[in-house]
This record gives sequence, structure tokens and C-alpha cells, in this order.
Amino acid sequence: MATQASRIAGRLMLSPVVVLLFLWMIVPLGMTIYFSFLRFNLLMPGTEEFTGFENYSYFFTDPAFWPALVNTLVLVLGVLVITVVGGVALAVLLDQPMWGQGIVRILVIAPFFVMPSVSALVWKNMLMNPVNGLFAALARGLGLEPIDFFADAPLASIIAIVAWQWLPFATLILFTAMQSLDREQMEAAEMDGAGPIWRFVHLTIPHLMRAATVVVLIQTIFLLSVFAEILVTTNGGPGTASTTLTFLVYMQSMLQFDVGLGSAGGIVAVILANIVAIFLMRMIGKNLEA
Amino acid sequence: MAREASKGHKAAVTVLAWGVALLIFFPILWTFLISFKTEGEAINSHPSFLFFEWTLENYETVNQRSDYLAHFWNSVVISLGSTVLGLIIAVPAAWSMAFVPGKRTKDLLMWMLSTKMLPAVGVLVPIYLLARDAGLLDTKTGLVIVLTMVNLPIIVWMLYTYFKEIPGEILEAARMDGATLSSEILYVLTPMAVPGIASTLLLNVILAWNESFWTLNLTAASAAPLTAFIASYSSPEGLFYAKLSAASTMAIAPIMILGWFSQKQLVRGLTFGAVK
Repeated sequence: MATQASRIAGRLMLSPVVVLLFLWMIVPLGMTIYFSFLRFNLLMPGTEEFTGFENYSYFFTDPAFWPALVNTLVLVLGVLVITVVGGVALAVLLDQPMWGQGIVRILVIAPFFVMPSVSALVWKNMLMNPVNGLFAALARGLGLEPIDFFADAPLASIIAIVAWQWLPFATLILFTAMQSLDREQMEAAEMDGAGPIWRFVHLTIPHLMRAATVVVLIQTIFLLSVFAEILVTTNGGPGTASTTLTFLVYMQSMLQFDVGLGSAGGIVAVILANIVAIFLMRMIGKNLEA
Repeated sequence: MAREASKGHKAAVTVLAWGVALLIFFPILWTFLISFKTEGEAINSHPSFLFFEWTLENYETVNQRSDYLAHFWNSVVISLGSTVLGLIIAVPAAWSMAFVPGKRTKDLLMWMLSTKMLPAVGVLVPIYLLARDAGLLDTKTGLVIVLTMVNLPIIVWMLYTYFKEIPGEILEAARMDGATLSSEILYVLTPMAVPGIASTLLLNVILAWNESFWTLNLTAASAAPLTAFIASYSSPEGLFYAKLSAASTMAIAPIMILGWFSQKQLVRGLTFGAVK
């Protein structure tokens, strides 16, 4: 039963956010679309001209494009599989009665608060370095040859680092969802002679599906933009072995100053992210009605 | 619980859970330990876990370098500044959407969320050029503005989910008693809204502190926060493990402590209320 006055006041309070977000979205995006149709290099100012879809055809035929697209998908899917499977396992484990659960939870979520450049450097130098790293020391202790992770398996190494950062997030959300599991239903099933595996498959998994979907969608948005981890560890290499779409666009626009080409790549990334976003919005929208 | 959790089962779970938790926490613990080693000890090919000569010299060295403190200060200003600015803009908006919802409130919320889905790389070039032309490249002001906009949808959403839980009847009652809009906000709403605002502040300081796309791309030297400063250690020359560990420990410790207090809000804020 809002009064007319409070309605108007409400509009006034709302408008700054709406105007700012609208400008924030539409101005840069409009500029990116515009640049993507121009021949525009920061090193050659004043030579801008309209080129139609030339940047897009350059971008799609760039030898780095397909590897970057594949690497992006492998990175996102790899991290998702590790974090969701690991997160479900950890959520179920943390849900059991134990001593010191509070401290265990604090230890498990800690990596989420480590800034990406720090975690990348810590893994790169202190753990994975083939000469001075801890893994190399362990390998030598076992009489094995130390692995040069970032030379031999660059993408897998980055996946490991990013998964380590996001596993806590998945665990925390799935664990939160575990709290609302119907315990009486669980006990009833147990009384009826259902074993732990049957209960996990038929009761726990369906209950966690919704939270798992949210984890997948939100992580995908963030994972498409993974940047610092690549910049700090491999710089996209060797060759294009660990170049993702985000990193490719960064290289084209910030290192080669090819604004037109970078913008075309940026628009491709936007379209990819939008496909994911549509699903996420539906999920959250449904929840709003509930 | 009716199910008897036998002592043996509980002990087994405890051992397993602690083992996994320590494994996950290990890289942080290891960095922490190395920060107390000498440089020689830090790259010892037979690393010692606890039995080495503990030293504080790395922390002294890092703190004596004035640039570390300057970058730390940049992180503080940028994360707090962008969060406070975001709250100033977002609190009225979230308030009005929660208490004076219109027909299109839901669409508006979804639209705000959709701006967050825009991948940063899609607007990297224009933001960079706009910041350059406005003279905001490598300035704290520029980063405060950008991070405010990046996190604004999350701030609005979080506040909205908190405000929605404040019962509307209380407002009606206040109005019946003749409260004006301003006294309604000041005496009725503010006390009930403070916990939600505090949680939002906490989560957003964490997000802004760790933000690593814009902070790396829009700063060079003078305004670089810790994310960019520590990333600059990635070049092989002059790499000192122990000092890097000390710098890293100081960079992540404050935010980790804040983070441990905000576990619940984290779930809520990052899932836009879809999981509570």
C-alpha cells in the first residue's frame, strides 16, 4: 500500500543505479561493436577506416583462435568437473559428525580468499617449480624425475590452480544446500533398508542438483574471464598451449594494440558468455518467483 | 539424530576430513612457513617443514621497501572506496525495490544481473581508452570507479535480498503512527538494515581486494594494488621466494580473516540469493 509520494521517491532512489548501469553497459559495449568494424591500431593513429567484417574473419582465421577456443572450453569444463565432483564429496564429508568441524570448514574455504596473482605465484614457484619447488623435492625423494609442469602440461597446471581456488566456493554452496536436506526422509529410507549408496544417489544427489546448477553457471561466468593465473604463470604459452579467448583478446588489444581485432574477439566472448547467461538468468528468475 | 553415530565412525570421518582440509590448506600454510625462512633455506632441495631457523627478516625487508606499503594502501583505498561508493548508490535503490516494488522490479533486477554477465574482456578496449582519455589510467580514482560499476549489481542484489526480509508491516505501523519518510528511514529501517549492509560491505571489500582483471590492465605503477604488484614478481629476475612469501602472506592475511567471518554472506551474495 505504497502512497503516490513514496512511489515517486522510490523511482528517484532507483534511477541513479539504473542510469549508471545502463551507461556502463551500453557505452563500452557499443564502442566495442563499433571498433570491431574498424581497422584501428593504436600504433597507427589516424588510419581508422570502416572494414565491415574483416576483423571478424581475421579473428576466426587467426591460427590462435581455435586453440584458444578449445583451451577455453577445456579450462572451464576441467575446472567445473573437478570442483563440482570434489565439492559434492567434500559437502557430504563435512556434513558428517566430526570433531573440529568449524576449523575444517575454515581450512577448506581459505583458498577462495587468496588473490589470483598470489595463488598463481605460489603454485608456480613454491610448489611446481621444477628445480626449487616442493613437488620437485618430493619427486626426487621418491627417486623420480621432477616434472616441468608449465612446460609439459601448461593447461593442466593452470586448471589445477584455478580448481584449487574454486573448489572452496563449490564446497561452501553445496554444503549450505546439504543443510536443508530432509533428515527424516533419510532416516525413513534407512529404516526401509536403503543402503548409503542408494540414499546418496536417490536422495542426496537430487537434492543437490539445484545448488550444483547454480555453482556451474556462476563459476562458468567467472572462469570465462580467468586472466591473472595465465598472465603470471605461462603468459599463454608455450606457443598457444594455454591461451584462452580472454587471453587472446588481451594479447591482441593490449600487446599488439590492434583495437579492431581485439574488439571483434571481445564480441565473440560476449556472445559465448551470453549463451551461458541465458541459462543462469532462467534459474535465478525462477527462484525469485518461489 | 536417531542414527547412532558410533565413536569409531566419527573418528574415521574426523581423520579423513582433517586430512583433506589440511591438504587443501597446504599451499597457504607452506607460503606462510617459507615467509619465515632465509632465502637459502627457502630453495633448499631438501625442504624442512618446521625445523629451520625461523626469521622475521623477510617481513622487515618487505616493510622497509616503501613501495610495498604504498601498494597495500592502494588496495585498501580501492577496495574500501569502491565498496562505500557502491553502497551509497545502491542502498536507496535496493530499499525502494524491496519496499516499493513496481510491476517491473523483477525485470529490473534480472537486467542488473545481466550486466554482470558481460565478460570483462568484451569491454576491455573501450574502458581502457576512456580511462586513458580521461586521464584516469593508473589512478586510484579510475579503479574505484571501474570496480564500483563491476560490483554494483552484486551490491544491489545482496542488499535487496536482505531488505526483503525486513517485514513490511513494521513500516506500515510506523506510517500509521505518523512517521515521515525520513524518520521512517532513520529510526525504523536503518537499525534493521545495518546487519545486511555490513555483510554486503564485507563481501564486496573481499571481491574488490582480489579483483585481478581490471586492476592488472588499468594500472602500471603508481596506483597498482597488491594484485598487480605481486603479479609483477612473475618475471624470473630478482625472484626471492622468502620475500615473495612474506609479501604474499601480508597481502592475503587481512582478507582471509575477513572472509572467515563472512562465509554465510558469501554464499548468499555470490549466488544472488539462489542458495541460502
